[in-house]
Amino acid sequence: MLILTCPNCGIAADETELHADGQAHITRHGAGASDDDLEEYLFMRNNPKGVHFERWRHVYGCGKWFHAARCTMTLEVFGTYPAQTLEPPKDLVAKIKKKRPDWEGFVK
Amino acid sequence: MSNAVTALNGAKYSGLIDIADAGLMGMITLRGDLASAAMAKVVKSITGAKMPKPRGVEIAGKGSVAWMSPDELLIMIDYAYADSAVAKISSALAGEHHLAVNVSDARAVFDLSGDELRDVLAKGSPSNLNPDSLPIGEMRRTRLGQLAVAFWFTDDSSAKLVCFRSVGDHVFKWLSNAAKPESSPNFYSAMR
Amino acid sequence: MSTRIQTGGRHLDRSKQVHFNWAGKQLTGYGGDTLASALLANGELLVGRSFKYHRARGLIASGAEEPNALVGLGTGAKFEPNQRATTTELFDGLVAKPQNAWPSLAFDVGAINKMMSRFFPAGFYYKTFIHPRFAWKHLFEPIIRKAAGLGAAPTEKDVDRYEYFYAHVDVLIIGGGIAGLASALAAGQAGASVLLVEQTAHFGGRAVVDGVDIDDEPAEIWVEETLAALREMPNVTIRNRTMGAGVYDHGYATVYERINDHLPEMITDHAPNMDAPRHRLWRVRAGRIVTATGAIERPLSFAGNDIPGVMLAGAVRDYLVNYGASVGDRVVIATNNDDAYRSAIALVEAGLDVPVILDARTTADGELPTLAREIGIRVETGKAISSVKGNKHVTGVGICSQAGEGAELEEIKCDAVAMSGGWSPVVHLWSHCGGKLNWDADQSMFRPDPNRPPLGYDGAGFVHVAGTANGYLDAAGVMEDAIKIGKLAAKETGHKPKATKVPSTFSAPENPIEPIWQMPQGMSRKLQMKTFLDYQNDVKVSDVRLAAQEGYQSVEHTKRYTTLGMATDQGKLSNINGLAILADSLNAEIPAVGTTTFRPPYQPISMGAIAGDARGELFKPIRQSPMHHWIDTNGGFWEPVADWRRPYCFQQNGESVGDAVTREILNTRQNVGLLDASTLGKIIVKGPDAGKFLDMMYTNMMSTLKVGRCRYGLMCTENGFLSDDGVVARIDDETFLCHTTSGGSDRIHAWMEEWLQTEWWDWNVYTANVTEQYAQIAVVGPNARKVLEKIGGMDVSADALPFMAFKDGELGGIKARPYRISFSGELSYEIAVPASQGQAFWDMCMEAGAEFGIQPYGTECLHVMRAEKGFIMIGDETDGTVIPQDLGLSWAVSKKKDDFLGKRAQQRSHMVDPKRWRLVGLKSVEPNEVIPDGAYAIDGTVRDNGVKHMIGRITSSYFSPTLNHAIAMGLVENGPERMGDIIDFPTTDGRVIKAEICDPVFLDPEGTRQNV
Repeated sequence: MLILTCPNCGIAADETELHADGQAHITRHGAGASDDDLEEYLFMRNNPKGVHFERWRHVYGCGKWFHAARCTMTLEVFGTYPAQTLEPPKDLVAKIKKKRPDWEGFVK
Repeated sequence: MSNAVTALNGAKYSGLIDIADAGLMGMITLRGDLASAAMAKVVKSITGAKMPKPRGVEIAGKGSVAWMSPDELLIMIDYAYADSAVAKISSALAGEHHLAVNVSDARAVFDLSGDELRDVLAKGSPSNLNPDSLPIGEMRRTRLGQLAVAFWFTDDSSAKLVCFRSVGDHVFKWLSNAAKPESSPNFYSAMR
Repeated sequence: MSTRIQTGGRHLDRSKQVHFNWAGKQLTGYGGDTLASALLANGELLVGRSFKYHRARGLIASGAEEPNALVGLGTGAKFEPNQRATTTELFDGLVAKPQNAWPSLAFDVGAINKMMSRFFPAGFYYKTFIHPRFAWKHLFEPIIRKAAGLGAAPTEKDVDRYEYFYAHVDVLIIGGGIAGLASALAAGQAGASVLLVEQTAHFGGRAVVDGVDIDDEPAEIWVEETLAALREMPNVTIRNRTMGAGVYDHGYATVYERINDHLPEMITDHAPNMDAPRHRLWRVRAGRIVTATGAIERPLSFAGNDIPGVMLAGAVRDYLVNYGASVGDRVVIATNNDDAYRSAIALVEAGLDVPVILDARTTADGELPTLAREIGIRVETGKAISSVKGNKHVTGVGICSQAGEGAELEEIKCDAVAMSGGWSPVVHLWSHCGGKLNWDADQSMFRPDPNRPPLGYDGAGFVHVAGTANGYLDAAGVMEDAIKIGKLAAKETGHKPKATKVPSTFSAPENPIEPIWQMPQGMSRKLQMKTFLDYQNDVKVSDVRLAAQEGYQSVEHTKRYTTLGMATDQGKLSNINGLAILADSLNAEIPAVGTTTFRPPYQPISMGAIAGDARGELFKPIRQSPMHHWIDTNGGFWEPVADWRRPYCFQQNGESVGDAVTREILNTRQNVGLLDASTLGKIIVKGPDAGKFLDMMYTNMMSTLKVGRCRYGLMCTENGFLSDDGVVARIDDETFLCHTTSGGSDRIHAWMEEWLQTEWWDWNVYTANVTEQYAQIAVVGPNARKVLEKIGGMDVSADALPFMAFKDGELGGIKARPYRISFSGELSYEIAVPASQGQAFWDMCMEAGAEFGIQPYGTECLHVMRAEKGFIMIGDETDGTVIPQDLGLSWAVSKKKDDFLGKRAQQRSHMVDPKRWRLVGLKSVEPNEVIPDGAYAIDGTVRDNGVKHMIGRITSSYFSPTLNHAIAMGLVENGPERMGDIIDFPTTDGRVIKAEICDPVFLDPEGTRQNV
């Protein structure tokens, strides 16, 4: 039962008020995409033991999507940030790197 | 509009708290740039209220306005005034990308009152209802039981609650059940 | 024999007699008794039968850890099985009955299993019932289920109320002993909001029983003063009869409050406080959780340690001090530590006889043993129990050397045995969310490792353990630790702890325990087979040793193989003893073997508490249209459609459902029908980029739609599969209104917002879900226009409002927007009016339509009419694997657009395979034979795996009264190329239905009926 703070409305929301939707920062490959790109887009996902970037929606609250950086092992939440970005904010990446020196860094 | 009826149709219950149909209320969903001066101006002219802060509800003489999300307000005014208010917004914001739509009939609105209000709502909402976290004048969009609702306190022991019209009956039954006499958790009310 | 003694009983109100019924006998206890203490006081030592061997069992413990005394409580709608007598407070009129015994507790035929116990070793079920395969289901399982098992399930609906309560606090403190109280006081004084919960009715824990002094007075006085101080604090909430059940991620905890289980009025149906919930499940979010859960005493493993009359030494003391009840007149004590001497001293002080203390240690010269000797108790060191004598109750014990193999040196008559194998901290709640343990060899216990706590959202530990649960067995250590932890929890939640004085706390000092895992040390296999580890599941020392011998090394595997610790007490008494035996058998150290996983709840909680208020009419929210009440009172036969209720049909004058549907279809096709279509989703999409956005969302081109016109559109997932459909109307240049299916309104609105917020956030588009703003009423049939013209208002003529157009105006004085769209093939107006006036408009339609034969119709009529027209239905013709091209809807998939959701996926090789099953109509050769929905078509060949080769399936199937013929839609391999072919549909009852492949549009293919 996680708590994630929605960066859009500022509420520290109970997991039951949120909708989880998997890995963040997926690149859409639409018309004209190669078979490999389409496969990557539709089906291939990371399953890290450790730092993970995820998509969430504050479905029972403000209704907005956001991203969360979270440790899949300890459930530590490194931070949340609005969904309107192609990659996690630099200061968040630096913060995670400091906490987890062995982390390979953000890989798309 | 004499033939207009609310989803709750005047329902009332009295237990730990008083629950009542708040009647017909004009409501407008207004989406756009909340930093826009033109928007602030038209909201003020319609409701008399200033632009709310995030999660805030501003209440004024002609109506009130609630912050719903970073690009959405809920304007609450007289039921009969809603259509002309939408028209007014549309012309005031003609040059700006926005959406104003009358949603007066899409919701059920409750008047809640009583000293045990927070205790009753906390039977269904996982949000933090401590007065520090949910002060008077702040809206909480949350889950109540199995449904999405929004509520805000207008004073220490009064609140308004809004849900979708189709589930108004369920929310009324849920609230009435949670407000059964003898069922007070006596948590928030004991701190008062 | 157990009995009530004249003195003692802190909790008793001897002026108040309480009558209760046990196994059909009327018995009497006192106010303040538990069911267990009252049974003991009444000489009812035998309280249950064990799970596997049906052995006679008595009370072992006095609290939540009790494994044996499970009873059926209450009657009828108040009946609840598997309730612990030790945690059940006695009230007037209580009815309890024993479980797992037939025909009676004293004479149980299942006990024959006991004589067979040699043949029931560990893994017996796995080994024996494997072959023959069929026998398990038909022979073995039914017999085993009848013989084994715990209490019977209730047969009546539970009449009690239950609820949740969500609380947010800085510090949740679980356990109301002196540790919990001291922590709460320290945290509360620092200003933290505190919730303190205690599972029993009483605060103070063991300290008040064990003669602890605080500030030079009995602990009880400090407990009362501290409670009073806490009650004065507005930031502190205290609940007794409330158990910390589980600890979960990010400071979440479930806390189980038993509000009125102890109240006599709850057993009558007309009680004044029936509004009070019986249980309340608190769902707590805490910044920090402090578990001050104390410790549980371990049994000793000697032969016959399950015979009624053998009890934990601490429990013997509890019953004596708290309830004035004695387990027997002559109580032999067996121990490996000093604490058990307290029980011996208490027994002697109460005037009872302690013939001997058998201390397995070689020396016992601490303060308590010295005192015991001083008051004349015989103390034998290095001695053990070779076996307990007796069958249904203890009659004596044999004494042997602990170091030996059990040769009996002496037999001592007694009627009870008090045993103590030391104390295990209650670390369950610490461990639920990942807290790790260390083995403390000096104290022979697992205790929490503060360096490996459960981690919260910020990466910091969020659970602290205080007092005895943290491994402090002396009262002074408990007090100091608890205050430190209370302050720490407050500090970590942003408060400033105050400097406070630690109360001077005194308890008699104790010499070290000596780990004794079986008694005697070298017990024979014969003795091992009489030595129980897990009382509830009947697991013996011999079973664990056998498992080790058979190669089981992991404690988790051994647990499952032997069922050790898998009963409803989750091994509270047995786990440490069991894993010590396993470690010994494997020649390993205890920490190397480790513990099994602790899982919530700490103790079983009621099913009602888990369900909360979600039962009866609150079980699931039902969405109601603005005309719901009218439909309900006018013959509507409800069916669930997504979360809505919609009328399947309207029954008139006692007609059947089938007759009603037929009548509605014919009337709508011949006259005019009225449909409540309010449930259809309606989403406003507005902005300069709205057209561009909808071109991505729909397979069709929506940006070219003219203002005032409607277009049917399809939506696909990125996988290319159909997900929703509906009519889109263009309101103005920048504004569209998108209709969705009834089940799709929230989903499609969320889908649109997802793309706008997370992919195309630079596009200027806003959406609003206005589904519930409107009542949408379809007036359908040849007379539809006449009805609206009679109501009066806007011009609804074919010229003013042609097919696939809409207009804003007024009808009958109500603001209305009629859409000329048709899902039936008839002349049809779907009219959106404000939801608040939906009923008024519906009434107008019924009134104005009376002379034109108007009748309301339901969803089945709608379905048949759309199938007659070959219109697809999301969820019938689609199932998440169907693409528009399968359904002959290529015309609605734009070839001009660069992209739309699902476009690329629809170009994959499997999606363009000509052998994909595609939509056709099917007419039964026998006109009245309706093909079952979902039936498969076969071609008579057989696949390699022996299965009949399937070439298609039915997606919709009805009898059409319009055509007087059974019709169906289905997906068939090469179907559109096989018009006129007859194919076979085998049915589950062995027949074959033959049907002819035809065009799916059965009625009016030119569309002349709707376009008038």
